[in-house]
Amino acid sequence: MNYHKSLKSAVAAWAIAAPLAWSGFANAQDAVNLRMTIWSANEAHLKLFNEIAAGFKKDHPDVTVTYESLPFDTYTTALTTQIAGGNAPDMAWIFETAAYDFVNSGALYPLTDTLKAAKDYNLDELSATAAERWSKDGKLYAYPFSTSPFAMFVNNDVIKAAGAKTPAELIAAGHWTWDNAIATASAVGRGDKVAGKGGLIVRDFNYQMWQNLASIWNGWGASPWSADGKTCSMTEKPMVDALTFIHDAIFKKKAIPGPGENVDFFAGNAAMTITQISRASLLPKDKPFAWDLVPLPKGPAGDYALIGQAGIGVMQAGKNAKTAAEFVAYMTNPQNSIKLSQFFPSARKSLLNAEVLKKTNPLLSQEQLDKVVISGITTGKVIPGHTGFAQIQQAVRSGLDAVWRPDADIPGTLQKICGQIGPLLKR
Amino acid sequence: MAVAQEHAIPEGRSSSPFWTVARRDSLAGFLFIAPQLIGVVVFVLIPLGLVFWYSLHEWDVLANTFTYTGAQNYRMLIEDTNLLEVLGATAIFSAGLVVFNLSLALLLAVLLNQKLAGIAIFRTLFFSPVVVSLVAWTIVWGFLLQKNGGINGVLQVFGIEGPNWLREETTAMISVIVVQVFKNVGLNMILFLAALQGVPNELYEAARIDGAPRFKQFRRITLPLISPTILLTSIITIVGSLQVFAQIAVLTQGGPGLSTTVLVYYLYQQAFQFHFFGYGSTLSILLFLIVAVLTFAQWQMRKRIVFYEN
Repeated sequence: MNYHKSLKSAVAAWAIAAPLAWSGFANAQDAVNLRMTIWSANEAHLKLFNEIAAGFKKDHPDVTVTYESLPFDTYTTALTTQIAGGNAPDMAWIFETAAYDFVNSGALYPLTDTLKAAKDYNLDELSATAAERWSKDGKLYAYPFSTSPFAMFVNNDVIKAAGAKTPAELIAAGHWTWDNAIATASAVGRGDKVAGKGGLIVRDFNYQMWQNLASIWNGWGASPWSADGKTCSMTEKPMVDALTFIHDAIFKKKAIPGPGENVDFFAGNAAMTITQISRASLLPKDKPFAWDLVPLPKGPAGDYALIGQAGIGVMQAGKNAKTAAEFVAYMTNPQNSIKLSQFFPSARKSLLNAEVLKKTNPLLSQEQLDKVVISGITTGKVIPGHTGFAQIQQAVRSGLDAVWRPDADIPGTLQKICGQIGPLLKR
Repeated sequence: MAVAQEHAIPEGRSSSPFWTVARRDSLAGFLFIAPQLIGVVVFVLIPLGLVFWYSLHEWDVLANTFTYTGAQNYRMLIEDTNLLEVLGATAIFSAGLVVFNLSLALLLAVLLNQKLAGIAIFRTLFFSPVVVSLVAWTIVWGFLLQKNGGINGVLQVFGIEGPNWLREETTAMISVIVVQVFKNVGLNMILFLAALQGVPNELYEAARIDGAPRFKQFRRITLPLISPTILLTSIITIVGSLQVFAQIAVLTQGGPGLSTTVLVYYLYQQAFQFHFFGYGSTLSILLFLIVAVLTFAQWQMRKRIVFYEN
């Protein structure tokens, strides 16, 4: 009797548990875990990304998205190491400088069809110039979710203490040129009236990331290589003139902190800094100074703008490329693009108006948004990039070390650099 | 006779049992070293073989292609115009590190081998950098060596304008060596200290009675008796110097120019930054050969320079 009772109980338990177990197994099979590598560990950024992931999960309950923050300095190296180790993420942020490598190698899943198929996505409003670096043969391989113009942040307190003209005064007088900008920076950097302050800092350049100097040399119409990327143009007059100007600003005019000198603008220790507008979040709240944001000064070649970009790509090597592409479509749809643009300016034309940007960038005035952000995104050139950029970057960095000396032979050094990178550009 | 026949050993079979004491001991010995042996095979020999295999291929990580190219990477090695400069920087770094590290370690060990009150505190102080995180140590030194950093600040107090330590070719290499010497000198110092304390005191007493001056005592007694430790520390220091990476990555990124681009940093650049994993593997084979040859040469030299009491 007891035996039969036990048997019945066991069968009943099995009958209940088996479907549950099977459904669990089936769910586990259907569940998709997407991983995206990013170079930000900023809590506000992560909060927004997680909100977007949660929104996607409402329509795709079986999909979970996680974000993996990798250090900014070694981001691309860490990403490619993951790929080499067979641990490629499903999605990744990609630097504008590495865009050609990722797009041309076939490492990325084409996004155009998925984005076009997404409801109300309106891919056509993505600025063509913003999408240029991320496209190949008419297909978009990564979405340029962040298109951030370079601009000049100004510390008016420091400049006035040095008795120099502020950029706002120079702009009002129609004299906002590189010569005058360096004169202002020099008045601070020389330390005649304010001790211990720096003049102008090209943020993140640090005598290593030379591509950030495009924020200055573009004013001379200079470029490290030709438009088709095949020929070195560092020996041409615009580049020689621009680098001579920068060299003088560093070593003769003391307008730019020299190699090995650390000065932080956002700690209130410098007159001006060139950086992307997203760095406004670094402005000090405890000890605020009178700051301003102005466009880059006019160079001998006229007005210009420079933008930095970041793209989101889906890895072909990932197991769930199609689902990942759908997530990218959701993440960058018009509604989420508005949310993202509070940190990462969007290249969607409908979002490039002062009304939208004011909501997401409350620190900036209407004039700053018009002159710096909207104008910058619509007219700006993207920071230099090339296939095999890491190797070219290193070769130029190593060569330019000879320029960052007081007694530098600039034309001679640039000739050597072209000799080094010429074969790399032709590959 | 009948008994003898009963226990007769069939033809072709050994008279002794298989599990002799010697065989049991051997088995136990092999079992004891098995975990380490498996570790060496899995984590050293197989990766070494794989690195050699990779060096015969071109591996495009992004395009996900892996193509056999034979000796092409080795030809690239011979034709690499940067390699001579890289090997030169590696040699300068190694030589500088070995000379400074061993000299300073020996000097400190001799000074700290005294019977003075509180000597243990000094030994601990000099040893303490060894336990500090290498990257943290290097970052702090990076700040000190800036143009407007702490070291030049101190020099300025004495009216000296310091150089731009990390931005000039000569001073950049010296800076990297000094940072590394101060980091690890404590380890060699402790080894020398242990060796010094093993030198019999009666030898010094006899030398003193014979009127030998202190330097002669050091040269004739101390150095020969601690020569096995000198050999050990020099092997460890040379091998370590050839594998230096974090200090270069944090302090100079191989610059200015290629002046501090040592071989390990160069192979890291080729493999992980430029994605030439095949060529990076070839460079690591070169590094392995250099380390192996130097270690073998040092080991052979022991017959001439190392004094063994037996």
